[in-house]
Amino acid sequence: MKQIYLDNAATTRTRQEAVDAMLPYFTEAYGNPSAIYRFAAEGKKALDESRSAIAGILGAKPEEIYFTSGGTESDNWALIATADAYGSKGKHIITTAIEHHGILHTCQYLEKKGFEVTYLDVDPQGRVNVDELEKAIRPDTILISVMFANNEIGTIEPVKEIGAVAKAHGVLFHTDAVQAFGHVPINVDAMNIDMLSASSHKFGGPKGVGFLYIRKGVKIRSFIHGGAQERKRRAGTSNTPGIAGMGAAARLAAEEMEAEGARQRQLRDHLISRILEEIPYSRLNGDPENRLPNNASFCFRFIEGESMLINLDLAGICASSGSACTSGSLDPSHVLLAIGLPHEIAHGSLRLTLGEDTTLEDIDYVVDRLKKIVADLRAMSPLYEDFIKKEEEI
Amino acid sequence: MYSEKVMDHFQHPRNVGEIENASGMGTVGNAKCGDIMRIYLDIDENQMIRDVKFKTFGCGAAVATSSMATELVKGKSIQEAMEVTNQAVCEALDGLPPVKVHCSLLAEEAIHAALWDYAQKNGIVIQGLEKPKTDIGEEEVEEEY
Repeated sequence: MKQIYLDNAATTRTRQEAVDAMLPYFTEAYGNPSAIYRFAAEGKKALDESRSAIAGILGAKPEEIYFTSGGTESDNWALIATADAYGSKGKHIITTAIEHHGILHTCQYLEKKGFEVTYLDVDPQGRVNVDELEKAIRPDTILISVMFANNEIGTIEPVKEIGAVAKAHGVLFHTDAVQAFGHVPINVDAMNIDMLSASSHKFGGPKGVGFLYIRKGVKIRSFIHGGAQERKRRAGTSNTPGIAGMGAAARLAAEEMEAEGARQRQLRDHLISRILEEIPYSRLNGDPENRLPNNASFCFRFIEGESMLINLDLAGICASSGSACTSGSLDPSHVLLAIGLPHEIAHGSLRLTLGEDTTLEDIDYVVDRLKKIVADLRAMSPLYEDFIKKEEEI
Repeated sequence: MYSEKVMDHFQHPRNVGEIENASGMGTVGNAKCGDIMRIYLDIDENQMIRDVKFKTFGCGAAVATSSMATELVKGKSIQEAMEVTNQAVCEALDGLPPVKVHCSLLAEEAIHAALWDYAQKNGIVIQGLEKPKTDIGEEEVEEEY
């Protein structure tokens, strides 16, 4: 059976070019890039090239890019180190209710350490209201952290407007761009971004590597303590192969962004319109316009997400859901609840995220299978039974 | 993650449907935590379960436990059906992942709820049967790190 992978927001296939870029640094040029001898120079060069490539894509300076182990570390670093460095100035942080747990759980940790966090609500499309954000700023606000684009519902936040507000009030602005970097254009100067987290495996690079952009002048210190790597700000032997792979993937993603983004947008819109037209009682989650090119998120009433995922898996389709049963808790996704969906509808969510391998045939196959899966699950749903009986009474 | 038996019952659920003018019907669970089970019983004059049907909104384990529970009570007496516990359902399915054990509890509750309905309608007392909870909320203990 053919496998159709529609979970590219979870991770992507590592691009062959990225693998090729990594390979020399395992068995050939394996020298520690911090070493003095010439043998280590090649590894050092790989780090420099990746740094420059990533900086170029963001409109940043190479020395503002710090390599990390991934998005979660970058998020932890940005928040905790900002709290450490600016805590004497104020103890208030503003974020949103729909952040990734890398941000949310770090904020909860900081609350236990005496910080106060405002979790901004979002509108039904998942967008932050910039006026409300501005009103939430207090004299003791030290940081605003708003994700660039949401990982579940694909909504792109008004980052440029938020950056302008943050700058006007002299508050630092961090954005978790894990889903956005390499997929949509980002310019840290035009958008007044002070810190930005990204993760390599979300744009065709290897897992276990990412970066934090820190604007020059932002005075946050080390989060991982040890050696003098990354200009003494992030200790630990550099992950040379990972960083080389990430750099290659970033270059490719940037080169292909316009054409590939347009291609995915077209497929995504085809997927969305077919599902909304052909599957009754379905809804699109997230903003139809301000949306990641590869994200389609739905809710199907009267059915539960995990059942859908198992059936899709049996049909060779990899997807994800924000239902409780897939989150390991009894509550469905905090993002779906934050956009105002009742629990029972949030349980019936399905996220399909496209990638460079996705074809029109894949999309049509998925919709065809999904129609039957949803119908079969509804046929055994007591909620659907009650709904239909009520309809018949009317 | 699921046993072969669970997958079999999920893919080919037994006794899905409704029974018109059922002798007893019970619905348990809530949509909030993502599981609702409904059991219909057709019980004859000798208090034997002639037929049973279910409908379930929930995850793979919820569907499989409902299906297995209906198989375990079909053709049994009321007292025998009372002995179909969540452990029995779990064992018959070759086990469930720990986070899914509450689904088997729901299956037991659904059977009891349907029996309770039958007992109420007929003015009888079924030994060992207590008024069912219609809403099974799990009490979660958050671990602190």
